[in-house]
Amino acid sequence: MEFVFTEEQQMISETAKGFFVENATSVRTRQAMAADGIDRDLWTGFCQELGLAGVTVPEAYGGAGLGQVEFALLAEAAGAQVAALPMVGLAMASQAILVGGTDAQKADWLPKMVSGSVIAACAGSADLTPEGDRLTGTFEFVAHGASADVFVLGNDASAWILERTSPGVEVTAHVTMDQTRPLATVTLRGAQGDRLADGSAAMQAAREAGWICVAAEALGGAQEALDRTVAYAKERVQFGRPIGSFQAYKHRLADMMVEIEQARSAVYWAACAADEQSSDLPLALHAAKSFTADTYAKCAGDMIQLHGGIGFTWEHDAHLFFKRARAIQSMLGNGNWHREQVADMILGEAA
Amino acid sequence: MKLGFSAAEEDFRRECADWLNGQMAGEFKDIKGITTLTEKAERRKEWEQQLAAHKWSCIGWPEEWGGRAATLAQQVIFAEEYARAGVPGRVNHIGVELAGPTLLTFGTDEQKKRFLPGIAAGQTIFCQGFSEPGAGSDLASVRTKARLEGDEWVVNGQKIWTSLAHISDWIFVVSRSEEGSKGPKGLTFLMMEIDQPGIEIRPIKQINGDAEFNETFFTDAKCPADSLIGAVGEGWKIAMGLLAFERGVSTLGQQMGFRNELNDIIAAAKATGAANDPLIRQRIAKAEIGLQLMRYGAMRMLSNTDHSKIDGAALTYKIQWASWRRGLGELAMDIIGQAGEVAEGDAYEWSMLPNLFLYSRSDTIYGGTNQIQRNLIAERGLGMPREPRGDV
Repeated sequence: MEFVFTEEQQMISETAKGFFVENATSVRTRQAMAADGIDRDLWTGFCQELGLAGVTVPEAYGGAGLGQVEFALLAEAAGAQVAALPMVGLAMASQAILVGGTDAQKADWLPKMVSGSVIAACAGSADLTPEGDRLTGTFEFVAHGASADVFVLGNDASAWILERTSPGVEVTAHVTMDQTRPLATVTLRGAQGDRLADGSAAMQAAREAGWICVAAEALGGAQEALDRTVAYAKERVQFGRPIGSFQAYKHRLADMMVEIEQARSAVYWAACAADEQSSDLPLALHAAKSFTADTYAKCAGDMIQLHGGIGFTWEHDAHLFFKRARAIQSMLGNGNWHREQVADMILGEAA
Repeated sequence: MKLGFSAAEEDFRRECADWLNGQMAGEFKDIKGITTLTEKAERRKEWEQQLAAHKWSCIGWPEEWGGRAATLAQQVIFAEEYARAGVPGRVNHIGVELAGPTLLTFGTDEQKKRFLPGIAAGQTIFCQGFSEPGAGSDLASVRTKARLEGDEWVVNGQKIWTSLAHISDWIFVVSRSEEGSKGPKGLTFLMMEIDQPGIEIRPIKQINGDAEFNETFFTDAKCPADSLIGAVGEGWKIAMGLLAFERGVSTLGQQMGFRNELNDIIAAAKATGAANDPLIRQRIAKAEIGLQLMRYGAMRMLSNTDHSKIDGAALTYKIQWASWRRGLGELAMDIIGQAGEVAEGDAYEWSMLPNLFLYSRSDTIYGGTNQIQRNLIAERGLGMPREPRGDV
């Protein structure tokens, strides 16, 4: 038992933080928001110069062969800058193929995903009807779906790889509240899919990777919302005092920190439990997703409130955090759903 | 980063569990499951001695002082198994977790020899004389006076909220030794024997009907000149050092007590049918998540060896657990309903869950109120301006 980062993990964390602070600037993120929600140069830089997109992927497929703790450090750093990247699609699709795919599927797709040469999106839906390898169905709210080159789509029983350019794959982009992660509807009309060897395991792996990804993003975002508000509290003067000297203000900051510290425990408990495949992994994942999303929403909301009027402007970045936080709360199972899973574990199913 | 325990550590866990369960099924069956700090105090002093006889009383201490120099993981395991076996809280918690480490860090060799064996043996029970009627949150405004007369310190004044003073042998006292000094300056940290004419203990009845706390009066109370820890005037430094030990491994044992409370609530929810109520299910799930995050927060705090930076997990820990537990008491009452309003017997005495509801109101007050915690977090953790001080 040693619940601290190794030197290597600290190095990854510092490298990633530095990279995103320098590159995922407000100006660049806003350019991406006005386009399709992906900062392409940032993605290329992340995948190729930093070379960390495949952190959880084995070296044989172009990755680094590390674990979810290392991945969470990256997602945390990206989330802290609300970076406009298809991170959750990469995490989910690559884990799905890694866990449920054949050797050929892994060799075909993982190196391309890791190098950033293809953008992946992943979603599950009960509305999927396979006939042979022809698929019909609708997948709603697919993150970065309109930008994806390849999809991993599935239901509880099966999962499939589909290329964007295949006949019968229709993608409808939506104007999305969080413009750093636009949602799309993917409709399949007899589109040809490449079936993963173990679809059920693949979709489970995708969900787990997705939960860790957004939980870590939420942690990074919440901490950054606090840090930026702290900086503002020191410089903004009203009634002849820095506003951070008012107890009503600083107590709210303290409450943010109390939640964030728990969120940090949650993310790295879940990531570590995933790497160790420990028996409390399901509990850890549901705890992490629900707790961190709520923490982020609280902190981003407080960020707006504690900045006053400027926090409500389009110009200020507070709304990027606020909207990302809201999106994370709703995606991949909302907080009530995750907590109900926890309740099931400890109380049994409701009569 | 690693959460699992090694095979050797799991062996150690079995060794702890076997011994503790054996004791709770055998000679000390009568104290199993006690949740208050005051019940069967004499038997629990005997339990302290039993722990000592089997070298379980202070496993984190160095071996030369009766400990086992246990690793962090071993201490975590022992604390967890201790509570899991239903063993009641340590009546010498303050001796083992606070006085001992303070002596080990700041005491002279002579003082270590004088006090540590008795604490380790479960013979010397300690209590803490910090708060005063006029010095609660503002601890540095203590007024209890100490003056050196020949080879003795003579102490006059009053302490309050001295937990378990009525069953303790020794008290450590933060006192003002420099006439006219203010705030944290001019304080001295003294170890005093309680059984003397100059010290009088009066219990304070609490809202749950119990009396764990006391008022302690000092009227020309005396201790030898060499009873001070650190130097004259260094009392504040020693007191703050001591409070830092409060966030040690014992927090994990405390959490296992919380685990037992939550388990009782889960059982009650199943028994009353509240477990089918979606809102109650959400609250129980939140409580479970909160407890787990407390555990992993403590693991982070204990694993951290880099003390050059502010440890956020440690700084936020008190308000986290206190608020969680107060919420747990409210949840308990919502689940058991009016049955929780009625005592089981003729006395104003409460079973675990109603008692939790009442007792947990103290958690967000003692050891620094939630409001003081927020000041500390904002000032130390986030660098916000300090609260303005009035004239002392």
